[in-house]
Amino acid sequence: MNQQIHDIILAHAGLPAGVEITDETDLYRAGMKSFASVQLMLALEEAFDIEFPEEMLNRATFRSASAIERAVSQISSATLVA
Amino acid sequence: MKPAGAVAGASLAERVRAAAEIAAEHAEAVDREGRFPHEAVDAMRAGRLLALSAPAEVGGEGASLADIAGICTTLGGACASAGMVFAMHHISLVNLLDCGMESAWHREFLTRAASEQLLFASSTTEAGVGGDLRQSICAVEADGERFNLAKNAPVISYGEEADAIFATARRDPDAPSSDQVLCVLLKDQMEIERVSTWDALGMRGTCSHGFRYKANAPQEQILPRPFADIAAESMVAASHLLWSSVWCGIASDALAKAQAFVTAEARKNPAVTPPGAPKLAETYTRLRLIEAAIRDGLARWDVMRANPDAGPTMGFALAMNALKVSVSTEALRVVDEALMICGLQAYKNSGPYSLGRHLRDIHSARLMIGNDRILAGAGQLLLVQRTAQTRRS
Repeated sequence: MNQQIHDIILAHAGLPAGVEITDETDLYRAGMKSFASVQLMLALEEAFDIEFPEEMLNRATFRSASAIERAVSQISSATLVA
Repeated sequence: MKPAGAVAGASLAERVRAAAEIAAEHAEAVDREGRFPHEAVDAMRAGRLLALSAPAEVGGEGASLADIAGICTTLGGACASAGMVFAMHHISLVNLLDCGMESAWHREFLTRAASEQLLFASSTTEAGVGGDLRQSICAVEADGERFNLAKNAPVISYGEEADAIFATARRDPDAPSSDQVLCVLLKDQMEIERVSTWDALGMRGTCSHGFRYKANAPQEQILPRPFADIAAESMVAASHLLWSSVWCGIASDALAKAQAFVTAEARKNPAVTPPGAPKLAETYTRLRLIEAAIRDGLARWDVMRANPDAGPTMGFALAMNALKVSVSTEALRVVDEALMICGLQAYKNSGPYSLGRHLRDIHSARLMIGNDRILAGAGQLLLVQRTAQTRRS
């Protein structure tokens, strides 16, 4: 999942060409704007067949690859239980 | 509780009223001459209104954003330019309070600002970024413990009158355009040159001239939080709330004139309901909706601020966008309807029912961050907003 998230970030976060990111890179500081964060979120929903609940739609959720991974895992496991 | 910085014996409401009276007295001259509302801002200083929202420990009075919004409405009704100066100053103060309290320099600066009633201006706009708040071309260039900054700013409202300017810039010369910081620049740390003159339809007293400037200041004056967070978590929402409150004040004053006009008609002929009365009731209703929208926005702000770890949701951002778009549109309609009610008495540039200044001032509302731009952003957010109704099964 981690690699897939990195791929989606590179494809959709609208970061400047050549930027390298780690799990902890702050994507907003790296150049992600709110418009791109929306595209990133839609791509994540499609790739993992999930839906981010309203309370997770904030800047903290999409701040870094590791934050995204935590959010996706949390939603996926909640879906399995339900 | 008597706040430390308060003027002896006068309540906040009395101090606001005193400043509003002076603002109203000079509003016409400010508009006609396109000059800064010095008298009104001096009265704000005398009433110690410029650090109200700072906590008492640094010399403020701990006023809430709702308190500040109420004052924006009162001052905006007296003189829209003075009200907008007050609003813009307090937006910068929110930014400073949000991230300055843990930093020694900013804490000290806040104390000084409260004591000396310093006036803050904001320099976010830059030539070449197409009006996008979240992009900068200029960059902070480290110079030992200090930094240099050079910016080409097509607009800085009251840039000449402010004691300090809050400027956005890229974090360093290698940072992407959206990796911004907010720097506090003091007047004596800047070389500033006016490059264009604000001669506008309305809001003429905001003196939003264009400037080019260079600054050299200690790095500790840069606010510690990234501007991305400042903008998303407080600045944009505070701007929409306080601007809307000023516009509500303009609309309220226009409605008051229309009401006085219709009442005067009724006195002349008490047996007949004046023809303008139903229209007056319709306009009154519209103003009540504007006030309700602002109260709703302020309540949402309080909820968001009570839960700072989560930060604002997309729902909150959408609500603030909706507030700005609706109040800027509806307040214009209120002033326009007041003009229809008073007729030529409002169209004339003098006399008790004159509404030309109100109409010109309120026309700025839809343009201060263009509504089309805001709706484009809101449309994006709506694609991802989740409610029970939009959920895919």
